[in-house]
Amino acid sequence: MNTTIPYKLLNGIGILIVVSIFAFPFVWMISTSFKSLGETMIFPPAWLPESLHWENFTAAWNSGPFLTYFKNSIFVSISILILQFLTIIPAAYAFARYQFKGNKFFFALTMITLMIPAQLIFLPVYLQFSAWGLLDTLWALILPFASSAFGIFLLRQSFKQVPEELLEAARLDGASEWKIILKIMIPIAKPVLITFGLFSFITHWNDYFWPLVMTTSDVTRTLPLGIAKLREVEGGVAWHILMAGNMILVIPILIVFFFAQRQIIRAFVYTGIK
Amino acid sequence: MTWNKIRPYLMISPAILVFSLFFIYPICYMIYLSMHDWNFVSPEKNFVGTANFTNLVSEKEFIEVMQNTFVYTALTVSLTIIIALILAVWLNKSGTIYGFVQGAIFSPHIISLVSISMLWMWLMDTDYGLLNWFLNLFGLPSVPWLTDPSTSLLSLAIVAIWKGIGFNTLIFIAGLQSIPRDIYEAAALDGTNRIRTFIKLTLPMLSPTLFFLTIIGIINSFQVFETISIMTQGGPINSTNTFVYYIYEYGFRFFKIGYASAAGVILLVIISIFTIMYFRLLARRVHYQ
Repeated sequence: MNTTIPYKLLNGIGILIVVSIFAFPFVWMISTSFKSLGETMIFPPAWLPESLHWENFTAAWNSGPFLTYFKNSIFVSISILILQFLTIIPAAYAFARYQFKGNKFFFALTMITLMIPAQLIFLPVYLQFSAWGLLDTLWALILPFASSAFGIFLLRQSFKQVPEELLEAARLDGASEWKIILKIMIPIAKPVLITFGLFSFITHWNDYFWPLVMTTSDVTRTLPLGIAKLREVEGGVAWHILMAGNMILVIPILIVFFFAQRQIIRAFVYTGIK
Repeated sequence: MTWNKIRPYLMISPAILVFSLFFIYPICYMIYLSMHDWNFVSPEKNFVGTANFTNLVSEKEFIEVMQNTFVYTALTVSLTIIIALILAVWLNKSGTIYGFVQGAIFSPHIISLVSISMLWMWLMDTDYGLLNWFLNLFGLPSVPWLTDPSTSLLSLAIVAIWKGIGFNTLIFIAGLQSIPRDIYEAAALDGTNRIRTFIKLTLPMLSPTLFFLTIIGIINSFQVFETISIMTQGGPINSTNTFVYYIYEYGFRFFKIGYASAAGVILLVIISIFTIMYFRLLARRVHYQ
């Protein structure tokens, strides 16, 4: 059934419409980023620029300390990722494999953390950092995310599935607990670690809310904030410059998505949050 | 051996320290602050009991904020789920084309909300925006999407729906694929038509997925901030001011810390209710995998 030519045609048109709704805004972003100011102010709009205005990208990049923003973004995202791996792997291992007093209590504490979004606690955390004199530093962007309840939850699941006999055999061979983690647990949990890593990196690379709250000066601000600031140019919004600036933020993620589509989709779909 | 007894605590301590300092303690501090009057600068924090809460719920602006948040959440969650369900049933096929389509509708999900917001501000521009050009093409008048209080909240919902559809569709597809094939074969043998099969069979089998997406949709919509901060700043005339944006403004612009904290506590209660539901479900999902 359903292989008739009208059906196929209808199905094809439908698919084309759906893809356009989701892809065309990005095409429009690219097209706008190469236009001249005049070409953004014609109605009906010009589909393609007459000539490619590459200078929009340099104009966007030079409108602020974008190299600093870029470095901060990379530094913050990578630092968070490394710290998260360092804190979640041992914690997940302890929760998965050890019996100890308070095990249930501490795991419940971890799970409570999972339900607290940054949008809820920014005010008290801001006051705390202010008391410590750490406001407007990269510490304020990194420390709160140095561990991840969600990462512990995911990793604990996969650590639990490793058969106990395997660990016993390793212990008999004289392997230390750290060696067991490094040589047995991490290799087995590698897909979960990659999934979590992609999720974490993309989330913090894109983050606008937390750095907006915690930083005030250009030295500590990240790329999303720098891009958002492009709106505040004098003499109205310059859409061609704005879109060029956003390309700087979007293109790296789209390139990664192109090559690791399967892993990224799994990272976000099976992690289920956001 | 004592070392074996200490080791688990050592292994969890870095994570527990981070959670205690940056999540558990702040929540307690926020509850404490919600019962005080403080302007951030003064050394005195005056205890006012529940006054912040009673003032808050009797204030016209806060009631509007609550209404806006509820309307936005209801619109976003219901429409996203309905559209995603339709797309999932349609696109749940194997093959390169369908893989590509699934990737395309998912792509907005991994793009920064900063870029999404700016892109849609441009598309929704009243004078030069592509959306109004499209409406005019069909002889429809231009819409002042973000600049009119009657359409601004809906416009923000459209952006959220566009961003969320891909994620929801892929979760639905995963749900559809976990339904055993032989149930459908039995239905086909009975000669049940497709719409009846969908209502009587597919929908009940998908109900855990449906419930899951509804809850996380509600939790996420209640926290909306970025699109509002970039696209409308809560305006025009307070029409897009929602919970988190309100807390942000009262904390950082008006320095009414007690007031902002009280609003935070109310949001905490609402989110907690839905999160407890979410956890019950998450435990079940993981169990099944």
